[in-house]
Amino acid sequence: MTVSDLKQPHSDSVRPTINWARVEEAVDFAKTVKLYRQGKYDDDSFRRYRLQHGAYGTRMTSDYAMVRIKLPAGEIYPQQLEKIAQLSEQFSIGSAHFSTRENIQLHWVVLEDVSEIFRGLAEVGLTSREACGNSVRNVMCSPLSGVCPGEEFDATPYALATAKFFLRNPMAQSLPRKFKFNFTCCEKHGMVRMVDVGLIPQIKEIDGTAQKGFKIFLGGGLGNRSFVGHQLEEFTPEEDLIYTSIAVLRIFDRLGDRKNLARNRMRYLVNDMGWDAFQNLVFKERALVRATQSVVTQLDVDFTPSEIKRPIRVTDESGNPNPDGYARWLKTNTEKQKQPGYRSAFITLEAGDITANQLSALGEIVSDYSSEGKARVGFNQNIALRYVSEDDLPRLYSRLLEVGLAKSGSLTMTAPIGCSGTTSCNLALTNSHRLAKEIQRKFLELRLDEDDDLRDSTIKISGCPNSCGQHGIATIGFFGGGGRVGKEMYPNYQMLLGGRSDGETMLGLTCTRIPAKRVIPAILKIIELFKKYKKPNDTLKEWIHRIVNEKEDSEIKSILDLRKIMDQLAVPPTKEDDPDFYSDYGSDTSYHTKTGKGECAA
Amino acid sequence: MRSLSQEKTIKTTTDIDSLRSEIRDKSVRVIDVRREEDYKQNHIPTAVNLPLANLLSDDSPERVLKIFNSLGIDDETRVVVYDDTFGALASRVAWTLEYIGHSDVSLLETTYSRWKSLGLESETISPEIQSKQHSLRLKPEILATSDYLEQSKEKKDVLLIDNRERLNYLEQHIPGAISLPYRTLAKNDKILRPKEDMKRLLDNRGISGDSEIITYCGSVGTLSGLAYYALKSAGLPNVKLYVRSFKEWKNLKKPLEKQEDANYWDLSAE
Repeated sequence: MTVSDLKQPHSDSVRPTINWARVEEAVDFAKTVKLYRQGKYDDDSFRRYRLQHGAYGTRMTSDYAMVRIKLPAGEIYPQQLEKIAQLSEQFSIGSAHFSTRENIQLHWVVLEDVSEIFRGLAEVGLTSREACGNSVRNVMCSPLSGVCPGEEFDATPYALATAKFFLRNPMAQSLPRKFKFNFTCCEKHGMVRMVDVGLIPQIKEIDGTAQKGFKIFLGGGLGNRSFVGHQLEEFTPEEDLIYTSIAVLRIFDRLGDRKNLARNRMRYLVNDMGWDAFQNLVFKERALVRATQSVVTQLDVDFTPSEIKRPIRVTDESGNPNPDGYARWLKTNTEKQKQPGYRSAFITLEAGDITANQLSALGEIVSDYSSEGKARVGFNQNIALRYVSEDDLPRLYSRLLEVGLAKSGSLTMTAPIGCSGTTSCNLALTNSHRLAKEIQRKFLELRLDEDDDLRDSTIKISGCPNSCGQHGIATIGFFGGGGRVGKEMYPNYQMLLGGRSDGETMLGLTCTRIPAKRVIPAILKIIELFKKYKKPNDTLKEWIHRIVNEKEDSEIKSILDLRKIMDQLAVPPTKEDDPDFYSDYGSDTSYHTKTGKGECAA
Repeated sequence: MRSLSQEKTIKTTTDIDSLRSEIRDKSVRVIDVRREEDYKQNHIPTAVNLPLANLLSDDSPERVLKIFNSLGIDDETRVVVYDDTFGALASRVAWTLEYIGHSDVSLLETTYSRWKSLGLESETISPEIQSKQHSLRLKPEILATSDYLEQSKEKKDVLLIDNRERLNYLEQHIPGAISLPYRTLAKNDKILRPKEDMKRLLDNRGISGDSEIITYCGSVGTLSGLAYYALKSAGLPNVKLYVRSFKEWKNLKKPLEKQEDANYWDLSAE
């Protein structure tokens, strides 16, 4: 039992600078739900309205919703963490979920309580508006933007300005489908070629002066069919950012497929038109936008730097300077910043889940240890505290340990991504969420997080082909489905290998199907083979990359060679021999597939 | 019109300042329902100790009457109850007092921790108590039993509210119940939301004064006791507590309802 409701907020914590909320939307939502329940609002209109406000449907029921709270550029402040902790205890399941797109989700919320969550969020400047539906979704930015040693400049102010520009903007209220922007710091940290618009900050010398701008990638995206984005041009100067964004959005709005909901993301339009034609259209449209937009249409980019001030703590400064497990955590959860003397510390969560108590504690920990006084949510269902003074790291670790947030492996393969799967999603076929947790527990037990050869590999799992778990860009990716032996069904996964989202972005290639209860042995088998055939200084990611590109010269030369070995693991036992094989994780009854209607396309 | 005189004069919760002046005027009996060792360390001045476990060991009306007599409470005594568990244990004691026919009982608006953190006065001595005689006039209209619940199934305008946490509710609950986790009832440092806040939340849920409302929780009616007072504070006139709650319902092998085909427990980070 907890007391977070009765706690007073830190008095000197850094306050949010942007208010994304409008409390009147809470009032309107409550009213609309009532009208809907009275039958005065038809199902379709209500669903559109609900999604526009960030409330998604829930598996097998219309009584509950999932509220997706947007964190533009991934920024979150201590009082916001504390508020979300309270809201999750009051209106959700006492845990919150960090998504892969810098949202925090509250699941199993009674539809009639959603407006109360909006009210609570408004108290701390947050919104879920346009977190779902056919709108510009949360604008992401790398959690390392501003501190990444490889970046040319900090894209955060541009990400925030883009989010501000499109939120509640009439031009983005009824797009053919959802639309996503990702800003990043550098090629290595990636995630820009698998999204509608991806942006990498870039500085170019033009006539002797350094000009800020972006490398822009268009038309990428993960889904039932995934595509890698195309680079628009060599260099897009910063003043063209808004014109390019508007131009692309206008083209999509005009030409996007509004009929065939299953293939109406912009990537299909780009694919159907062909890149050259699309690119030309963007150039033309941009010229038009540039010429016709009023001068007041511009991005409101706030360059005020965050104040970097080492927090003054009243808490205990003594304690063991080298707590148990510290070295492992330091190695697998922290990154050196470009600012000397500071590190960014990533918190390992299990498939993005965190309890209300932990969230609340995290609010205090951010205040106590981050010299910028706020945190950044990451690309991998995680959260980073940046500007932690290196001297403070052991104490930070001890504090995290006290609240169960000091698990190692955040920046390694042992922190798999798992979408929500059958825990709440209507479309899910398997419990991908729990599988991600099972893998993490097992791999941390085996101390695989400490293995440098595995560090840059990733495991990502979706509960269906729709890619919310980003399986297409994982070194080892999985998406769920049902397998069958006679009349019996078992949970099954399609395994993909070699996906990546960095400068050499490619989608994983299908290897074979692996039953849910064989996924862990299958990954361990791949690691075993890698260890056997690896070259000196090889990593698993590089080895698999060579295999999928048929550039490996050892015994395993292609994905087919791997498949032959892996298929031995996929043979179903009889139900008498192994009944557990026929039930999914988190369930003790026989597996069967059951899905409802998706809302992505609503 | 229904007599509103009692509800008007007796507030569900008492604010800190009012309690302090009542203590100074010696016009109140304060009950601390924490464990004896906590009470002995310190407590609100003049408070007597009634650990909830003591009350629950046998909460038959006759024994309860004896207990309250021994705490110096008669029909006219003004009583304020407090705890350190967000008001849930205090609510259960207050409800019991109401059930035996006492009318003037309120909950302290906050917890003892909060009282202490504000630097307010406390003491370690136990007051001398003179035993009093309380009459026994049971109020069955605030009690619900499993039989009563079964009979209510057929009735319209009876709302059953489950105050356990959401995941427990999803896993199993009494058929027809709606979920209002006890956490929803508090606000910041207060054990109950402000009246208007509470009314808005209930109104969104379609919980109104037109219905008879029954609250229940996991085992002994503490969390649902708090909900009982939350609903009363919002002005709902007809609230009952299913005091033996879900534990009894399950033991009696009564029918249950669950949210099927979803692995919601795996979303919990516990």
